[in-house]
Amino acid sequence: MKLALVGVSHHQAPVELRERVAVDVAGAAALARSLANGCEAVVLSTCNRTELYLASEHDAPLDERGAEALIELAGDQGGALASVVYRLGDDSAALHLFRVAAGLDSLIPGEGEILGQVRDAFDTGFPGPLLDRLFRQALHAGRRARVETAIGESPASVPAAAAALAQQVFDELGGRNVLLVGAGKMSELTARNLRSRGATITAVANRTLEHGENLARQLGARAIGLDALACELGDADIVVSSTSAREFVLDAAAASASLRARRGRAILFVDLAVPRDIDPALAGIDGCFVYDIDDLEAVVEASLDSRRVEAVRAERIVALEAERFREWHASLVVVPAITSLHARAEEIRSTELAKAEGRLGRLQEADRKLVEAVTSQIVAKLLHLPTVRLKEAAAAADGVVYADVVRHLFGLGEDEQQS
Amino acid sequence: MSSQTSLAGAPTVAELLIWPALIAYGEAALAYAGELRGPGLAGRLGTWGVRVGWLAQSALLIAQAIDTEGFPWGTWAGALNLFVWLVVGAYLIWGCRPRYRLLGLAVMPLAVVLLVAAWAGGGTGAAARDEPGALLAIHVGLMLAGFAGLTLAAGMAALYLWQERRLKRRDSRLFRLRVPPLDSLDRLSARTTLVSLGVLTAGIAVGLTSFRRGDFDAAMVVTLGIWAATAIGLVLRRETGLRGRRFAVLLVTLLGLVAVVLPLTHFAS
Repeated sequence: MKLALVGVSHHQAPVELRERVAVDVAGAAALARSLANGCEAVVLSTCNRTELYLASEHDAPLDERGAEALIELAGDQGGALASVVYRLGDDSAALHLFRVAAGLDSLIPGEGEILGQVRDAFDTGFPGPLLDRLFRQALHAGRRARVETAIGESPASVPAAAAALAQQVFDELGGRNVLLVGAGKMSELTARNLRSRGATITAVANRTLEHGENLARQLGARAIGLDALACELGDADIVVSSTSAREFVLDAAAASASLRARRGRAILFVDLAVPRDIDPALAGIDGCFVYDIDDLEAVVEASLDSRRVEAVRAERIVALEAERFREWHASLVVVPAITSLHARAEEIRSTELAKAEGRLGRLQEADRKLVEAVTSQIVAKLLHLPTVRLKEAAAAADGVVYADVVRHLFGLGEDEQQS
Repeated sequence: MSSQTSLAGAPTVAELLIWPALIAYGEAALAYAGELRGPGLAGRLGTWGVRVGWLAQSALLIAQAIDTEGFPWGTWAGALNLFVWLVVGAYLIWGCRPRYRLLGLAVMPLAVVLLVAAWAGGGTGAAARDEPGALLAIHVGLMLAGFAGLTLAAGMAALYLWQERRLKRRDSRLFRLRVPPLDSLDRLSARTTLVSLGVLTAGIAVGLTSFRRGDFDAAMVVTLGIWAATAIGLVLRRETGLRGRRFAVLLVTLLGLVAVVLPLTHFAS
């Protein structure tokens, strides 16, 4: 069976081209359906790539078919797209998908979304025996890379770093209260990230109450003025601040009374503003953790470094899984020969037993079953080693030669040819 | 057939089983140190070391129980042996989870040192003892289990203080290691302390049933002091919000008291 991959990704294609061929889940399913005419097809489309995985038993020009589909999708940009389309076959295509599933081909190594996107592509595609095995093993490789290395553990953006820090302090964020100070874009992104992890945005404090109300409405929170900030500290678990104020919005003198009343209950301040909104002296109070934008960026930078180190380990896992797939794929060459060999042996066994029917007829039913079992066991044991050796030969790329030798030695398929 | 060999001077099964237990615990301690470089194989090897070592030590305790007439853990060294088994057993409940593996860094080196001390004191072989009575055996078992729980709670508290320090210092490599969240460590150490206090209370109650005038010694005073301090700490946690850093400091201080004062008073009495 042949496997082909045709695609475009962020490595070669600018966003102007990628957006031409990007499709949503329903679009990917429709495209896969249209391609799965006499072959297997799965379409993986994310913001960084659109890739068509095609497989067929016949020597069809799969990559041509895939490339034509992509160029057609690109419309008037088809010519430009043709120059950045990549084509991979068999083992290279498999290794590529395994790297994609493990997040090793992503812009940020180990990013978390890609594994789910590969799963969606598989679920909505039209896989047959080859792509089914390929995608299942790719998902397995992706999961292994994330479980056995720390490639996906550390945060890769400032909002994600803030949310990960909150989880490092509070564990689950369900039931945790977030106080938003300022209605800037960054604090909104951070608030949304926290909310996606279960936290509740309770209040948005802003100098201009009107701006605060807009964001508060979107987040299902209350809008308050900056003067009420200190009073809110008693109930808040996380404070995200990003205002354009020139001085501290929350200084140690004003906030310490409210914070000491918390009696050591932890509170995390995420200060995304420059100049800073939150007095760093608050970190001296028991249970207070203060992070400014530099701290968060340093966390992200260290995380990316760590991810790059872990990526080397993940590459080894992916290579191992790709090798396993290669062995399985290669063994497909000898499967027909093995099937024919077993069928031939069974045919001989049945024929010989039928010839001896006259003498065996005198046996008791139990004895007849024993003869059946013994002859079956002899056949199975005789064929076990040749079967194993054939699969090993297939894995070592000698499969076709060995399969031909077996067909020749045992006369497999000759009857069909004669008839 | 008894595990005592018929050859004079030949080691018993119990004396042989100490080695796989010690080697496995030692391997776990080293592997957890390797986990500091980053999560992965070292941590998994550490967990397997704990499992294998604990099974070997369980077999060692069973062999001791079979070989010894009476209660084999009545001496300080025998008690230490049982104590290590209880601590590691309790750690295994959480230690298998990847996020709690680093707790092994606090627990396993301690387990190795204490087990070596138990071995050096003759607490890991077979020895004939006077029949101590079931109540005394239950008393010793419960007291050791209570202190084992407190040790584990203190281990979690130490991990809390370490992680809190990293968070306060805004360590940019914070996510390089898998460490449980502060809130989980705080809650878990408090729960472990509560359960340990219950077990310790039961142990003291059982001990009081066979208490005679004149038995009162310094070790008992220290034990009661630790019990009272633990109980007060839990009450303060509930009533006044003694949690987080302050509760962790209290637990680590208590462990320090247990580790330093209790052996001193034991040998003095």
